[in-house]
Amino acid sequence: MLEIKGLTYRVPDEAGEELGILNDVSLTIGDNKLVVVTGPNGGGKTTLAKAIMGLVKPVSGSIRWNGVELMDKSITERARLGVSYGFQQPPRFKGLRVRDLLCLASGRENLATEEACQYLTKVGLCSHDYIDREVDTSLSGGEVKRIEIATILARRSGLMIFDEPEAGIDLWSFAKLTETFKALHERRENTLIIISHQERIINLADEIVMIEDGKVVQHGPKEEIFPKILANTAAGCSYLNEEAKKA
Amino acid sequence: MMDKTDWKLLKEIADLEKTPQGAFNIRMNGQTDSRASTANIEITTKTDGKPGIDIRVKPGTKKESVHIPVIIHATGYSELVYNDFFIGEDCDVDIVAGCGIHNTGCETTQHDGIHTFYVGKNSKVRYVERHYGEGEGTGERIFNPQTVVYLEEGASIQMETTQIRGVDSTKRDTKIVVGKNAEAVVTEKLLTHGKQTAESDMEILLEGEGASGRVVSRSVAQDQSRQVFYPKMTGENKCFGHVQCDSIIMGDAQISSIPAIVAHHVDAQLIHEAAIGRIAGDQILKLMTLGLTEAEAEEKILDGFLQ
Repeated sequence: MLEIKGLTYRVPDEAGEELGILNDVSLTIGDNKLVVVTGPNGGGKTTLAKAIMGLVKPVSGSIRWNGVELMDKSITERARLGVSYGFQQPPRFKGLRVRDLLCLASGRENLATEEACQYLTKVGLCSHDYIDREVDTSLSGGEVKRIEIATILARRSGLMIFDEPEAGIDLWSFAKLTETFKALHERRENTLIIISHQERIINLADEIVMIEDGKVVQHGPKEEIFPKILANTAAGCSYLNEEAKKA
Repeated sequence: MMDKTDWKLLKEIADLEKTPQGAFNIRMNGQTDSRASTANIEITTKTDGKPGIDIRVKPGTKKESVHIPVIIHATGYSELVYNDFFIGEDCDVDIVAGCGIHNTGCETTQHDGIHTFYVGKNSKVRYVERHYGEGEGTGERIFNPQTVVYLEEGASIQMETTQIRGVDSTKRDTKIVVGKNAEAVVTEKLLTHGKQTAESDMEILLEGEGASGRVVSRSVAQDQSRQVFYPKMTGENKCFGHVQCDSIIMGDAQISSIPAIVAHHVDAQLIHEAAIGRIAGDQILKLMTLGLTEAEAEEKILDGFLQ
């Protein structure tokens, strides 16, 4: 179980004033749930994910994973406790091949090619074309993103956080990815947090968390929250409404 | 006779765990330790008074190899060796050279090798050279290799040089003259640390019509070490050339990367790229999220970069 309590993260803004990115966020996510975190850009979704992984340091609050407090743990320790995070914009590595990253992710230097290829297939990449390629600038953004997701699948950790997995990915691969998330969830072996705005991914969710201005503004079963989000989106912006009427 | 230390050096520089197959010449502390020629590859001591050997490969020799490693474990020993390679037409051979110094003393040990290759028409040569230094002595370990290659029509050389740690000072000079439809590919890998210095001067002359040249240099400079690269590609004819220098800088190191491309022909197409930078922070973070420590992540990134 993931229990977040009173999580607060601030950065200084241009004028030197403290800007709250996460404001007293509390959230509990049960084991083996698939939770979609959604909300407007700049609302704090990625910061929350990074805080769980240890990539940003909140000023206060608590993050407990399976009863273990993570706040004083390093990124490496959190990873070894079973937390994984797929970067929204994954870095590239000159000289490291896709195979190398998958081996590192799986924690097995001798990861069998067949198994490594399966992870690539699950994200819609033809494995033989990619397994020995360097993860450098010769790969497109969408390719790097899918390799990133494959590394998270290879980790098979208890908590998997995916940050906008759909970004930069073509429609065909996206369909494959959706199937992969669905199959992963059906096995009920991992807790999945997916930051996403895509209806097809939201539809897979057990629960939806809506984050806005650094706060959890909605959290509940998909059936309850999703209609509210849709209603808000249509009614919430007067400018869009005006435009819609004109059309 | 070679002892354990010598075999360890041989393993480092030439991946040899026993006497190699094919033609070979093992030079130890300035003397020939052992030598073998084959039906197609003949190795002889130079007769012009210079120290070194001549290696002659018969035309049409395919899938054969020559190993000519040099090992030195005498402190204060310094040598200059000339090795000339005469490769006939239509050959396909691997040549493994390299030098390992084990210096336990306080005096400088130095190996300067001048290798000249005459590669005949349509022949393919893969030339691998590794430099390695070790030993707890305070004596410096110095290498100054000079490589000169002449490629005849349709010939090619794939030259791979590696020097990872252990060498206090190196000045490398490489010159390759590329004939008609011939190709030179040079891959250089270098890691310096401590107060080491390394300089690499390279000149590739694309002389013949359809000549091509490619230089890929990857280096890592750590601590207070200094590196200087001067790769120069000159197009004298219709040709294609690409120079790529990539360096990772760490600690208080200094790197100068000064690629030059020179065209003397309107159909010469030449490109150079050079980059120096530290390891990107997000690369380290990414590997840490896979469970590696910061030090392990750094090591993996450097290993991959120099792979």
